Amino acid sequence: MLALILLLALATPFLPLQDPNATATAERFARPLSPDHLLGTDHLGRDLLARLVHGTRLSLAMGLAAALLAAVLGSILGIVAGFLGGRADNLIMRGIDMLMGFPYVLLALAIVAALGPGLVNALIAVAAVNMPFFARNIRGVTVALAGREFVDAARLSGMGNLRIMAVEILPNVLPVIVIALTTTTGWMILETAGLSFLGLGSQPPQADLGSMLGEARAALISHPHVAVVPGVMIFLVVMSINLFGDGVRDALDPRLGAGAPTRPLPATVVDRTGPPPPSQAGHGALLAIDDLRTEFRIGRRVLPAAGGVSLSLGRGEALGLVGESGSGKSVTALSVMRLVASPPGVIAGGTVRLDDTEVLDAPLRILRGLRGRRVAYVFQDPQGTLHPLYRIGEQLTEAIRAHQPMSLQAARARAIELLRDVRMPRPEDRIDDYPHQLSGGQRQRVGIAMALANDPDVIMADEPTTALDVTVQAQILALLDQLRRERGLAILFITHDFGVVAQLCERLAVMYAGRIVEEGPTAEVLAAPAHPYTRRLIACVPAPGAGRRRLETIPGLPPPLDALPPGCAFAPRCHRARPACSDGEVVLRRTGMRAVRCLYPEAAA
Amino acid sequence: MTTAPALKVEGLSKTFGARAPLLGRARPGVQAVRDVSFAVARGETLGIVGESGSGKSTLARMLAGLLAPTAGCIEIAGTRLGIAKPARSGRLIQYVFQDPAASLNPRRSVRRILETPLKLLHHMPQAAREQRLAELLAAVSLPTDALDRYPHEFSGGQAQRIGIARALAADPRILVLDEPVSALDVSVQAQVLNLLAELQQRMGLTYLFITHDLAVAEAVSDRVMVLYFGAVVELGPAREILARPAHPYTRLLADSAPVTGRPLPAPGTADAGLPDPRHPPAGCAFAGRCPRADALCRGQAPPLERIGDDRLAACHHPLRE
Repeated sequence: MLALILLLALATPFLPLQDPNATATAERFARPLSPDHLLGTDHLGRDLLARLVHGTRLSLAMGLAAALLAAVLGSILGIVAGFLGGRADNLIMRGIDMLMGFPYVLLALAIVAALGPGLVNALIAVAAVNMPFFARNIRGVTVALAGREFVDAARLSGMGNLRIMAVEILPNVLPVIVIALTTTTGWMILETAGLSFLGLGSQPPQADLGSMLGEARAALISHPHVAVVPGVMIFLVVMSINLFGDGVRDALDPRLGAGAPTRPLPATVVDRTGPPPPSQAGHGALLAIDDLRTEFRIGRRVLPAAGGVSLSLGRGEALGLVGESGSGKSVTALSVMRLVASPPGVIAGGTVRLDDTEVLDAPLRILRGLRGRRVAYVFQDPQGTLHPLYRIGEQLTEAIRAHQPMSLQAARARAIELLRDVRMPRPEDRIDDYPHQLSGGQRQRVGIAMALANDPDVIMADEPTTALDVTVQAQILALLDQLRRERGLAILFITHDFGVVAQLCERLAVMYAGRIVEEGPTAEVLAAPAHPYTRRLIACVPAPGAGRRRLETIPGLPPPLDALPPGCAFAPRCHRARPACSDGEVVLRRTGMRAVRCLYPEAAA
Repeated sequence: MTTAPALKVEGLSKTFGARAPLLGRARPGVQAVRDVSFAVARGETLGIVGESGSGKSTLARMLAGLLAPTAGCIEIAGTRLGIAKPARSGRLIQYVFQDPAASLNPRRSVRRILETPLKLLHHMPQAAREQRLAELLAAVSLPTDALDRYPHEFSGGQAQRIGIARALAADPRILVLDEPVSALDVSVQAQVLNLLAELQQRMGLTYLFITHDLAVAEAVSDRVMVLYFGAVVELGPAREILARPAHPYTRLLADSAPVTGRPLPAPGTADAGLPDPRHPPAGCAFAGRCPRADALCRGQAPPLERIGDDRLAACHHPLRE
């Protein structure tokens, strides 16, 4: 539709139309579909079709010009204000606020009154009225960008402010400008038409949609078609431009991503082929994960994030799960309570047993009962898991009452008790604080208190100390260790730090590219790693006390999950690799307490 | 050759938010960095260690000219640096950022990112630029086809190499490395640290290496400076400081690092908080957490004093063997 109208507007000069301004009083108010005039004539006998086409062209041009003008001026002001900040920002934005303080019609009228009626002046008025919208939008985006490190980097590269605004900031705000532009153009066409309707825009005999409506107003009752024709055109133009604008916004807005936004399901989809594997952990394990396969299915690509993970956890045991980013350690932990976002996550195989009861095929109602009640999670970023607008006491009582029906007072007393358990200083006062009033370490204590709220048996701690300072980290680790000893909590501790594992966990498992490559008692594995990856990873970590030196490295990068090499995934980076390593599946071989997925393990020290 | 140190900092301080608003009275500011002085020799690496809120990033940004100091002065190779003007100081001192993804503009190609300092700081002609770009990529071991790609196409470790190449493009004498590896995985971290060591040796660079990780600081530095609450609490040779800390805070840091075989500390309620920066304490900022603190510590801030060969500490009761 829009394309049609635009084409029409562009082709106007070439169309065999009658002169839109030729008056013929004898033929005034001819009805539509009359022989000479397809759409009839107006009060001066001018051909309505010709006037409509010319008027549309003019209105479109005016609207677009006004939108462009507003966008350019508004964006410049917005970028300057947002980038420079301080006084310049203050001055510009207060000026803009003043512009916005007036009702827009009044403001436009005032500008036209000051400049005199006429097309160009109406255009200026509409642009001025709409400029604040752009300025404010763009300023907001720019403020966020101006604090980014690449702006500092540009400064260090010798760029001045002007150049940074033009070269670094502008390309990043351009999508926002385009979105704002397409969504407001329709509105601006309406406004210019409105001014013309009031007789302040295009001057007779020149036609635009607004002035046509204005002229038709006098004969509205007797000859409605004269008003209906431009009215319908305005409707079509604005409607189609708005729809187009929405389309552009959907296409450009990164938040909506590709296609419609999808809400994750309440539990990860389970799509298992084949019968669930038998438990290898034997009976008595509190939590047994067997051959767990979790994939991300994105379009045609299938990323096996966890490719057959088996783990078991006994009561009161702390198991460290070590690996680099992308090794699948978090996905494994989240899969246990089917918390992997779905889509795209799918559990494609394996079982999770809690006290010998299969969890993955349990109905959602039962699963909800287990989440938090039996298995609780502590995440890396307590800032992200606590709701910023609720007091921590409210969040704690909610967590308690989700599984245990009790009065608010009782829940509050329990919340204070929990805060005391995690050694929060002055819990009676702290309970009414908001998350932002606490330090990082205190927030993580609240996160742990939330996890403890329903006295779970298992805690999945996903890098809970990575974001904390070392002195705070030591305290949180000590706290977790104490809770484990006193309450018999089982902890699955996910981390990339061998030092942390060594202090907290008696057993550890190392993951690489979605699989466990080594498992065993922490002290033994650290002293004599059997898998080459484990050995080299440990060597990469600078240990204190050795002085200045060259560090060990692992050449290359972990393989992408959708292109795993055949056989051992580590073989391409391994100094011990032989042709057999890439021939076929390498199994995790168990000997006593230890297990290793390697054909040529490191010799025991 | 001059005998002046590569970098000398005298009484550097930064106070935020002290400026009077448009209306109303000026509020007392927050002192992020308090009276920091040190010198670094050419080719040396000074590790700057501190936890969040220690002022290490503020200090680094002042050194690179990204932030104007409230008081004090910075001298590079004997020449005093004027007011913060990165366009001028960029040829002498450059900065490598913590988050490689955030420090590279997503909408500019690697070529344009690396070319900018060559054009603007060195006014290099086109032909010379091409050659220099190839050299830079080779120096950080990236393939030459990286030039025409965009930052998001690189992994974290590769992106950090681009960040390092950007800093080197200005041909500076000093690099400020602001936690350059803490966003990277350990195996990649080691690669980048080794690369930095190699570049330093080859180009005779001076490094200021900012980190929160004592083990990393020890592995890369000649000397280490420990910051607490915006001030230097201890300064000395890396190995000695970490093996035999003199300041109780350095000791706490060293003991907190998770190390194989070391038992966890007793869980305490110790609220590891810094003092309120708007109402700084009269005495030592660490007194509230310090097991050795007495009335003297609470009443009077300890000066940074020489306590041995090339070692300084700001403590009334330094730890001794």
